[in-house]
Amino acid sequence: MKLKIALFGIAKEIVGSSSLDLDTPDAQSVAGLITQLRTRYPALNELTSFAVAVNSDYAADDYQLQERDEVALIPPVSGG
Amino acid sequence: MHIHLTDQPIDVAAVLASVQDDGAGAVNTFIGTVRNQSTGRRVVRLDYEAYDAMAIKQMRRVAEQAQEKWPMLRQVAVTHRKGRLEIGDVAVVVAVSTPHRADSFAACQYIIDTIKQVVPIWKKEEYEDGSVWVAAHP
Repeated sequence: MKLKIALFGIAKEIVGSSSLDLDTPDAQSVAGLITQLRTRYPALNELTSFAVAVNSDYAADDYQLQERDEVALIPPVSGG
Repeated sequence: MHIHLTDQPIDVAAVLASVQDDGAGAVNTFIGTVRNQSTGRRVVRLDYEAYDAMAIKQMRRVAEQAQEKWPMLRQVAVTHRKGRLEIGDVAVVVAVSTPHRADSFAACQYIIDTIKQVVPIWKKEEYEDGSVWVAAHP
């Protein structure tokens, strides 16, 4: 399936774009997506952490992604 | 509950007014402002980026969690700025009203501490000789 991933902050700089179109296996979990992204963009491994959000909520590692999901990469937050 | 994300200067008085409540004997406010230095480097400005829809949703959730922990909370307001901020600008305001002061201190601190942990907003510090996304790297 094709996922569109929104990128922010340092993740946007690493990828070089504010969104990423990614081909993933049809049965892809959040953990699998993270592994896929870490492999494609090794600079992500240098971050303190990063999370994946689905439909504006933090997603668990075992969540099975759907093509219609709104997916975002959430690097370490620093608001306030 | 009054939750806002804005690219305009925050009107602190308006946020305070929004938590006014006749049943409250205490209003507690936290105002986060832009400091001129960070880990020994001179900061010239900050750029805040937000994932708007999620940031608003998460700020609302933090406020709801505070209402569960402190059921006596009367009003809660959170306004966070985004975009380019200069030294001294207000980046975030949290205001709560409660019947008595002890709960207002505790709830206000819980809200700002939790916002800093979960709300998808990112701060880039601009120095005279470069810039850094805060907390991105260990």
